[in-house]
Amino acid sequence: MQTPAPFEYEHASSVDEALALLERHGPETRLVAGGHSLLPMMKLRLARPERLVDVNDLTDLAYVRREGDQIAIGALTRHAQLASSPLLASLYPIFQDAERVIADPVVRNRGTIGGSLCQGDPAEDLSAVVATLGGSLKIRSRTGERVVAARDFYLGPYETQVGPAEMVTEVVIPIRPGAGSAYEKVERRPGDWAIAAVGCFLTVSGGVIADCGIGLAAVGAPGLPALEAEAALRGRPAGEEAYAAAAQMAAAHCRPQTDQRGPAEYKRDLVAELTRRALRRAAARVMAGGA
Amino acid sequence: MRVAMNVNGEEVGAEVEPRMLLVHFLRDELGLTGTHWGCDTSNCGTCVVWMDGEPVKSCTVLAAMASGRDVRTVEGLEQGTQLDPVQEGFMQEHGLQCGFCTPGMMMTARWLLDHNPDPSEAEIREAISGQICRCTGYENIVRAIRWAAAHQPAKEVAS
Amino acid sequence: MTATTPVPLSPAGNPIGFGRMLRKEDARFLRGQGHYLDDIKLPGMLHGAILRSPHAHARLVSIDTSAAEAHPKVKAVITGAMLEGLKLAWMPTLSRDVQAVLATDKVRFFGQEVAFVVAEDRYSARDALELIVVEYEPLDPVIDARLALAEGAPVIRDDIEGKKDNHIFDWEAGDREATDRVFSEAEVVVAQDMLYPRVHPAPMETCGSIAHMDRVTGQLTAWSTTQAPHAHRTLYSLVAGLPEHKVRIISPDIGGGFGNKVGIYPGYVLAVVGSIVTGKPVKWVEDRSENLISTSFARDYHMHGEIAASRDGKIKGLRVRVLADHGAFNGTAQPTKFPAGCFHIFPGSYDLDAAHCEVTGVYTNKAPGGVAYACSFRVTEAVYLVERMVDVLADELGIDPAELRRINLLRPEQFPYTNKTGWVYDSGDYGRTLEVALEKAGYTELRRRQAEGRERWRAAGGSPEDPGAGGEHLMGIGLSFFTEGVGAGPKKHMDILGLGMADGCELRVHPTGKAQLRISVQTQGQGHETTFAQIVAHELGIPPEDIEVIHGDTDNTPFGLGTYGSRSTPVSGAAAAVVSQRVREKARIVAAAALECSPEDLEWELGRWQVKGDPEKGKTVAEIAMLAHGTLELPEGVEGHLDASVVYDPPNLTYPYGADICVVDLDPGTGRVKVDRFIAVDDCGPRINPMIVEGQVHGGLADGVGMALMEAIQFDRSGTCLSGSLMDYLLPTSLDCPSWELGETVTPSPHHPLGVKGVGESATVGSPPAVVNAVIDALEPFGVRHADMPLTPAQVWLAMRGRPLRTDIVEM
Repeated sequence: MQTPAPFEYEHASSVDEALALLERHGPETRLVAGGHSLLPMMKLRLARPERLVDVNDLTDLAYVRREGDQIAIGALTRHAQLASSPLLASLYPIFQDAERVIADPVVRNRGTIGGSLCQGDPAEDLSAVVATLGGSLKIRSRTGERVVAARDFYLGPYETQVGPAEMVTEVVIPIRPGAGSAYEKVERRPGDWAIAAVGCFLTVSGGVIADCGIGLAAVGAPGLPALEAEAALRGRPAGEEAYAAAAQMAAAHCRPQTDQRGPAEYKRDLVAELTRRALRRAAARVMAGGA
Repeated sequence: MRVAMNVNGEEVGAEVEPRMLLVHFLRDELGLTGTHWGCDTSNCGTCVVWMDGEPVKSCTVLAAMASGRDVRTVEGLEQGTQLDPVQEGFMQEHGLQCGFCTPGMMMTARWLLDHNPDPSEAEIREAISGQICRCTGYENIVRAIRWAAAHQPAKEVAS
Repeated sequence: MTATTPVPLSPAGNPIGFGRMLRKEDARFLRGQGHYLDDIKLPGMLHGAILRSPHAHARLVSIDTSAAEAHPKVKAVITGAMLEGLKLAWMPTLSRDVQAVLATDKVRFFGQEVAFVVAEDRYSARDALELIVVEYEPLDPVIDARLALAEGAPVIRDDIEGKKDNHIFDWEAGDREATDRVFSEAEVVVAQDMLYPRVHPAPMETCGSIAHMDRVTGQLTAWSTTQAPHAHRTLYSLVAGLPEHKVRIISPDIGGGFGNKVGIYPGYVLAVVGSIVTGKPVKWVEDRSENLISTSFARDYHMHGEIAASRDGKIKGLRVRVLADHGAFNGTAQPTKFPAGCFHIFPGSYDLDAAHCEVTGVYTNKAPGGVAYACSFRVTEAVYLVERMVDVLADELGIDPAELRRINLLRPEQFPYTNKTGWVYDSGDYGRTLEVALEKAGYTELRRRQAEGRERWRAAGGSPEDPGAGGEHLMGIGLSFFTEGVGAGPKKHMDILGLGMADGCELRVHPTGKAQLRISVQTQGQGHETTFAQIVAHELGIPPEDIEVIHGDTDNTPFGLGTYGSRSTPVSGAAAAVVSQRVREKARIVAAAALECSPEDLEWELGRWQVKGDPEKGKTVAEIAMLAHGTLELPEGVEGHLDASVVYDPPNLTYPYGADICVVDLDPGTGRVKVDRFIAVDDCGPRINPMIVEGQVHGGLADGVGMALMEAIQFDRSGTCLSGSLMDYLLPTSLDCPSWELGETVTPSPHHPLGVKGVGESATVGSPPAVVNAVIDALEPFGVRHADMPLTPAQVWLAMRGRPLRTDIVEM
């Protein structure tokens, strides 16, 4: 089987230690947690870091908790924990929708939200989820902490705002009472990356869409928000007409590419279909009690 | 670098390169060749072992990352000369043909039954969905796990 | 005795003969004690790795290996130029072509072998590949087989003297004139293009070999993932000029084969060369990417079918043109006379007036191969063609596909039946098998529910313009009826590289009555250690637990061509029965001598010869075995001991058949398909071990779902393989497969000593058209008559929009 190129390996037992190691060893040092994005790339020798810093011992970064009007998710929280979090299930079922279709159960035991987001794969599901929800990421360095909106986090495919001596420590999601949310994905086969996927949330007040978010996967940059579709929804009565309009906007403004998963025109059509499905489902969840 | 871990209840250690994959450590350093590998991209699941009580794909874990942890492999399923009900189930229901995916399948099955002693067919199919079998069409693997569920020795179920 | 007769049980509770029996081989696999190739570790063993071409077609300008050689753990770096000096740069293929072991002049496919590194460990071998500098001069590639014979197409095989094009062969079968006549007179003629795309067997264990050349004795021992160890021995001898008595091939436990492990790959030869050069054992095991991009693919048949019929649904004729993409070297493993294998079984299970096919094989800049993946020598392609054409005709005539098959299936009284390309089908009662399947499926009720579902879809707003409106799904029901010809094959028709396809078999009954059976075929999970013991038990009455089946080592087993094309039970199974019968006859002579009577006075009661009319007087096989090895005086000319050996040359192929029904759920808004139900009714004659037979069918059905819905080896325009990992070559998971519903009918083969027909590939052959027919059926509201596999969501979406045909090529 394929094997990675040689590298040095160190264990970090605290965030500070991890940051110190990153700073000391420079840009060819990478953090590794679950390793399910990085290690396959290293085995295929598409990634060749000189040094890995293992952060699996930073178990204090594995949490999902409510902090005031926000949900805080530690960067080392594994997919399986996200999937089984009662807090997320009650406030944002979009997480469970997405987690059910990310890779497979064994991989989900290892992969972390921090690793998933930092990989910057355009087809990655959690990037779309966090962008949908207008979340933000806490990025720490030796000198301090900054908060970057998920929608500004990606500079391009596989490129994020995280500098060589920084690490993402937490993902923050604003709580919106009464919101409904959903994630719709079509893949070639269970466990595969998305051909296209759409996440959304809605809040409805007096039958009118008060607030909403739509995030897309695999049809452009990682964590791509569908801004035009969101604009088309806000202030409109919740219902098929609004969803259809949003679907058309999302399809028109995404940037899919033709590849083995299908032609761009199909992906665009799929974005439209999945947008209206996700909105219907999110709306049903609003009706079902705001969760 | 030096790695040391507990494998199937035994403390083991070796001097290895940091890049050594756990699957190679188990197979080449410890001679535990029951754990297989079938791809390079953590898609096939023939390499599934337990690390700290959870199934993981050992082709995507560095031996260094497993250092200090508990690892359980297929060789650790049999207790004395008593086959685990999962092993017995795979035999009774013809849940294996070439046998290559079998160790990984059984490790996941054991974990599933520890956490869900009476899984439905759908739950079983979901649990093994990250592991490929080219021989059985999965039918008899599902039946094997159902068999094991029906023949669990009386014991406390892990939470 | 057939499977329905009650079988006595052994002390261990196993059937002494046919019946469900747990597998003997499971004990080791369950404990992680299987012994696969990569589990083998020899003292001093080195590790090989192959540098592969990043181009599909390029001239080799230079190779600089100096940096790799300087790597402290590297023991040897081998290039094509070095092999030329040893006359090992090219090796013969199974189709009398040659294939480069390492490229010397050009590279001809993406992933072709360019250099071989031998190092102390596998990590270092892989590292050293990166130190080799190769300069290429890229050439225009031929990727689309349909352009391979175009004027001015680049000539791929300029290594062959005088070669000016990419043509390999033309071959035909059937009666062209009679077929043309039938077509010219027919009331209805329908034509359809279809591609059976390039797919890959992708067994969970990849291919590999460990070679150990003992410099002192000149003995080569090669542990190889091979389905055909004896054929490999002879080929090694031919390739490397090694004396065959000094070549030993050991096939350890095989982690799935499906045809992938029939041929000899350059890596196997390179392990041998590496061992010759270093004097140490050398292990080479390919990684998954190497497996997918370079070893035997399957299919890649571009087919044009035409079917002629009367208005009331009587099929009159079938005409097929095939363009066969064989890749850069013709490495297809087919019997010599049949470059398209058994494709000429394409008239299928139907009573036609005439049929004709033409197959043209071409070179392209793609990986060589062309047999693998449980295809019983291109039967898979043939069955797909005819079963799709029957559905195309059903659509044209407006006749239900089940009814159209009823009208045209061969009738029991027509057997043995000589089909329109000259094959003699041994036995069958096709109509009954179809009815059993329809009944099991609840076909009429399914059709009713389908009609209701379509109505619901329309009522909810579904239409070709907005398929997803309303969110209703569509049901599809697909049928296929297949006939295979397996058990290659009669020596008078079939050989591979001049080696006849007869199998040897040896049986030794030891003095205490325990037996060893030596077979030439090689299990890859089929359970030979169990099934073959049951065959001997069936014939001799020895408990199966007292029979050891020995296989996989050429020094310890008789010659035979190995396991593929569902041939183990039809050929070696027959050999095992015949050799047991010979031992039984010899036992009769020994028993007669002991009982002081004539052999004619004895009758056989399972496990015992006894005196007719005086059954108290008799000898069991165990008693006879001891007597045969003892001091008992035997008649003049009768030797002692209780052994026999045979070579079995099958008089004909066997013809298993079956009916498959698939029910799919199609989400028209996304193009996503899910297989909801699959009913497979197989007739493979009596079942030696029904548990194992059902397991074989289950696996084949999953293969069929994979091929129909997701598997394809694809390329971009430059010839880069886009399916080089299991991230992109998708294999079906537990969530893609329904719980299979099986049924059976039993029609013995009249010429096989046990009546059995072979079943290893039946489901792989029958299921792809059933799944595709079901998806096309679901797409009825869109007027779709055909769409090429794999029916991925995108492909279904395209089919719904009038673009149903595929190529291997992805436009990026």
